[in-house]
Parts: sequence; C-alpha cells; structure tokens
Amino acid sequence: MMTAQDSGTRRQPGSDIDEPVIALEDVRWHVRTTRGVVKAVDGVSFGARQGEIVCLVGESGCGKTTTGKIAAGLLDPTAGRVLFEGRDIKTLKGADFTRFRRGVQLVHQDPYASINPMHTIGATMVAPLQRHGIASGAAAARRRAAELLELVDLTPSNDFLDKYPHQLSGGQRQRVAIARALTVEPRFIVADEPVSMVDVSIRISLLNTMLRLQRELNTGFLFITHDLALARYFAWGGRIGVMYVGRMVEMGHAPDLVANPQHPYTRALLSAIPEADPELTRTKARVELRSLEIPSLYKLPSGCTFHPRCPQFESGLCDVVVPALATPQGSTADGHDVSCHVMTRPAG
Amino acid sequence: MTAASTSAPPSTLPGLGAVRAILSTLVALARNPSGAIGLFGVTFFVLVAFVGPTFVPIDTKAKLDKIYQLPSAEYLLGTDYQGRDVFSQIVHGGRDIIIVASTTALITTTIAVTLGALAGFLGGWFDSVVLAIADIILTIPQFPLLLVLATFVRLNNIVLLGVLLAALGWPALMRAIRSQVLSLRQRDYVEAARCLDLGTGHIVFRQILPSMSGYIAISFTLGMINAIFLQVGLIFLGLVPLSGNNWGVMLQLAWVRGAIFYKNALAYILAPVVAISLLQLSLIMLARSLEEIFNPRLRQGA
Repeated sequence: MMTAQDSGTRRQPGSDIDEPVIALEDVRWHVRTTRGVVKAVDGVSFGARQGEIVCLVGESGCGKTTTGKIAAGLLDPTAGRVLFEGRDIKTLKGADFTRFRRGVQLVHQDPYASINPMHTIGATMVAPLQRHGIASGAAAARRRAAELLELVDLTPSNDFLDKYPHQLSGGQRQRVAIARALTVEPRFIVADEPVSMVDVSIRISLLNTMLRLQRELNTGFLFITHDLALARYFAWGGRIGVMYVGRMVEMGHAPDLVANPQHPYTRALLSAIPEADPELTRTKARVELRSLEIPSLYKLPSGCTFHPRCPQFESGLCDVVVPALATPQGSTADGHDVSCHVMTRPAG
Repeated sequence: MTAASTSAPPSTLPGLGAVRAILSTLVALARNPSGAIGLFGVTFFVLVAFVGPTFVPIDTKAKLDKIYQLPSAEYLLGTDYQGRDVFSQIVHGGRDIIIVASTTALITTTIAVTLGALAGFLGGWFDSVVLAIADIILTIPQFPLLLVLATFVRLNNIVLLGVLLAALGWPALMRAIRSQVLSLRQRDYVEAARCLDLGTGHIVFRQILPSMSGYIAISFTLGMINAIFLQVGLIFLGLVPLSGNNWGVMLQLAWVRGAIFYKNALAYILAPVVAISLLQLSLIMLARSLEEIFNPRLRQGA
C-alpha cells in the first residue's frame, strides 16, 4: 500500500508526548427545559494523548454522544473547559481555531445521514482537501481522495469517487465518513457509535480498519458505544470510561477495568455480556441490581445517581453525598478511577 | 500506482462533465411523459416568441374590408377589429410575457433563496430583520398594491415591471426556503461540514441548497406562472401602458373594442387566451417532473 509510508512524514511530532491532545475539564451540559433542568452531562473530565484510544461506554441517554460533540467543539459546554493542545478552545481564534477544527474530527453514528446524498463521494472528499489547501488543484485533490479511500479499504478507490452515497452499503458509507474525516489529517477522531448502524458481519473489519489507522497514523480515538463488548475489543490498548446518566462512574485501562471492575454498574455491565460459549454465559455470575429502571433525566436520584439500583447501596451515605471520581484505596493499577463511596473507602 | 494512472479522465475534462449533466437531465426529462410534454411546450413557446418574429412580419396595416375574418389560409387565426392578422400578433406577443415572467422568477428566486438560506442558517439578528421585512410585504395585498403603484410608476419598461413584481413576490418563497434550511441545517452531513470547517458559504450553497434544488426549480416555474397572471391581469385592466405587442394587450383590446359581440371574432379572442393557458400548462408540467431531475437517486434510477 502506498499509504503507510507517507503517514509518518505528514505528522509532526507533538511538542510533548505526555501532553493530552484533547482534554475535557469538568464539562457540563445542562439544558433548561419546561420540565426542569436536564443534566445530560454533569462534570465529565478526561484527556487523550496522541494516538490514545479512549472508549466511552454507557446506556443510551447517558450523555456519551453529547460528550463526544463537546469534545469535537460542535457543542458549547454550559460549564467546564475543552482543551486542545493545552489551550481552551473557546479562546482560539483564526488560524488557531482552524488548527483545532482540523485537529479533531467527528464520525457520526448514522452513515446514511452523515454524507450529503447530493454529491458524489469524490466531491465530498475533495471539498475539505481544497478548502484547507491540502491538495492543490483538482487532479491532485482527486488523487489524494483516492488514496484516502484506499486507506480505509475501499478498493478499487477510483470506482468509488464517482459514485453517489445511495449506491454504497452502510459499511462502505461509514468508511467514506472515516476517509472524509481523515482528509484534514486530524490528530483525534471522535467516533460516535460508528458500527451500530452497520451490518454485524462487517463490524469487526470496520473496527480493525480504525485500529489500523490508529497504529499507522497515530490518530487518537474517542470511541463512543453502548456495547461494552465492542469497547473491550476496540480499546484493549487504551482506556475505557463508563458513563451513567451524565457522570463518569469509572475509568481505567481496558484490560484492568475488564479484569477488575470496581464500580457496581461496571460489574453489572460486564456480567451482562454474553460470552461466545453459551454454557459459560448461562453459568456466569450475574450482578443482581436492585432495580432495572434507568432514572429519568428530569428527576435524578440524590447523591450517587446509581444508588436506587446499586446492590451495595448504603443508606445515609450513597443517597446523600455525590461520590467523586477517585483512585480506590490500596489499588495497584495506575489510572484506574471509580466514583463509588463503598469501593473507594479504606478497607476495614 | 493505480490511483495515479486511472484517476485522470473524469477530472481533466470539466466541460465534458457539464455536457453530460445537461444530457442526463434532458434524458431524465424525456423519460417522464409529463415532463417531456412540458419541456416540449416551453421550448415551442420560447422558439415562437424569440425566433418566430424573424419569419413572421408583424401586420400593423389596418384593412377595413378584412375586419373580424374567420381563420383562413391567408389569416391562420383570423383578423382583429382593424383587419390585422391575429397569427402575427400571437407570434410577436409572447416575447414580453416570457421576458417579464423569467425576469420576475429569476429575481424572486435569487432573493428568496439567498435571504432564506442565510436567515435560516445564521439565525440571530439577520434572521429577525429579514423576517420582519418579509412579513411587512406579505401583509400587503399584492394585486391592489400593484394597481396603486401602476398609477404613478410608468410600467412601460418590461424589465422594470419584472423587478417590481419580484420585489413583492419573494417573501413567500423566502419563508419556505428558510423553514427548509432550519430543518436541513440539523442534518449530520451539515454538522460534518461544520466540523471540517468548510465555511458558511460552502455549507449553505453546496451542502444545504442542493438538496432543495428540485424545490427551487419548481418554485421558479411557479414564480413564472404567477408573474404571467399578474402581468396579464395588470395589462387587461389597462394599468400598464399598451405599448408593443403582447398577448395581454391583445386581450385588453379585444375586450375594449367589443370583439366579444362578433361571433366571427371567436378565434381572435381565444388565440391569446389559449396561448397563455398552453404556456402555463407547459410550465406546470415541466415543474412537476423537475423534482426527479434534481434528485441524483431518481435521476440515476434504471
């Protein structure tokens, strides 16, 4: 492939390896409605370094998509800051803002809605290339577009350039959406449930394409999904953050979080994943929740929002005090945080 | 490698692409019977109005012995109250109608699409100002206002008439465009374009408006139809100076000169009415099939 070599030269080395490309600091998204204030995202913080994979997991309505859009700069958080290369994106102007826009891209959930049906794939790809002067001239832009399509395994790429989105399958469209995001050579891609709308049979190959991009281009990913099994696969080399109704309840390196889940909600999610072996699934120990009802965003429970469902609920503590995201006492794994009174309490 | 060697042909000949686009549009029109008839009708009237006069000289000579003649080989559509050839008047009378109609439709659509798209996409004070102006114009009844204006604006210039009709005609279409843009701007692909920093101009005119091109084309033809009615109505009421040849003028003179009292004058009275009706019908049929042409999915079907 022609694509592997040029990727290394394109990417300038970051000023500081450890500095996060993008960081969210206590980001909130509170929406005032007629029925009261909805706290869709309530104090979420995390960062991602160059090439790092961060996975956000949570059930629908927990604020993971909103968090993703805030990270991509498409929504202004009602409180908190988004830092790109250490600078608040709200203060960025002109060329600096363009650098942020090009630096962070979004891949939407629905590939049927995210590509303009009126344009050919070629036109869709060429527009950002020319806008940002990445390829000069129509022929060069077209060539670059073909290269990018090849990079996302759409071959022969020239066949795709003159097609309209309706002539492509869902999986192919999602690859086009990824290739379009790559036109501006982003350092970080927010992928919002990128495989939930494509056929199950091609999910793995799409995930593998993205993992290859992460390796070859050293692009970071914020991978948003409701499926912890997918997160486990995609983020094995990175971190997983578990969200529950607007808050991050646990975050840690994927192997550590999966092997040693701390928060009762994470444990419940992990125990609910069906294993490949049906016998194993049937005999697997399930975490019994006290309630299966997801709380309404209009009327969130007091204290820890998970307390009405939590098997380890302690009256007078969990329903009163909001737990902070903190490293459990005596934990050996680094960077494994959990927001739970019971789990972070000193033993004994 | 493969990309370099095979990508060239379509992009190196942009002229050919345009020709192909026009051809595929015509093919799509022809595939739809209603569209084909509409296209044929509109083409026919445009040819008659703009090319016809070079072959059919206008008959201005009063012939008192030939008043209200029935259609014959010599006078295809009979003669008028002065014994002049009606057919030559029909051939010469379409030009002004079509020019006023297309001027009006062009200006109306341009103003409405630009303001509506920007108001819908940008929102804020721009939206409020544009909406306020549109509402003021919308509340004034158009035809009576034109009647009043005609009394102190000399409307003998056909382009001026077109501009005046357009100045009053854009608000309705603008509101329709604006509300469609309000919905289209929420689409994921518009958000993707914002994320790619493609710029307001590109997003409005390349991402949002193309989805509405079918609607805009239909509005354009409907704008022409409306302009023809307004124009003929104004002329018929005698509020536009009767200069030159015009189907509206023919109707007005037939009415004023009492042609309706002569049964032999039937062809004279019907000729401009039928001409106007057929032109309108062609435009409507064309408009109906335009939707298919601007949708790549329908265009490429089969």
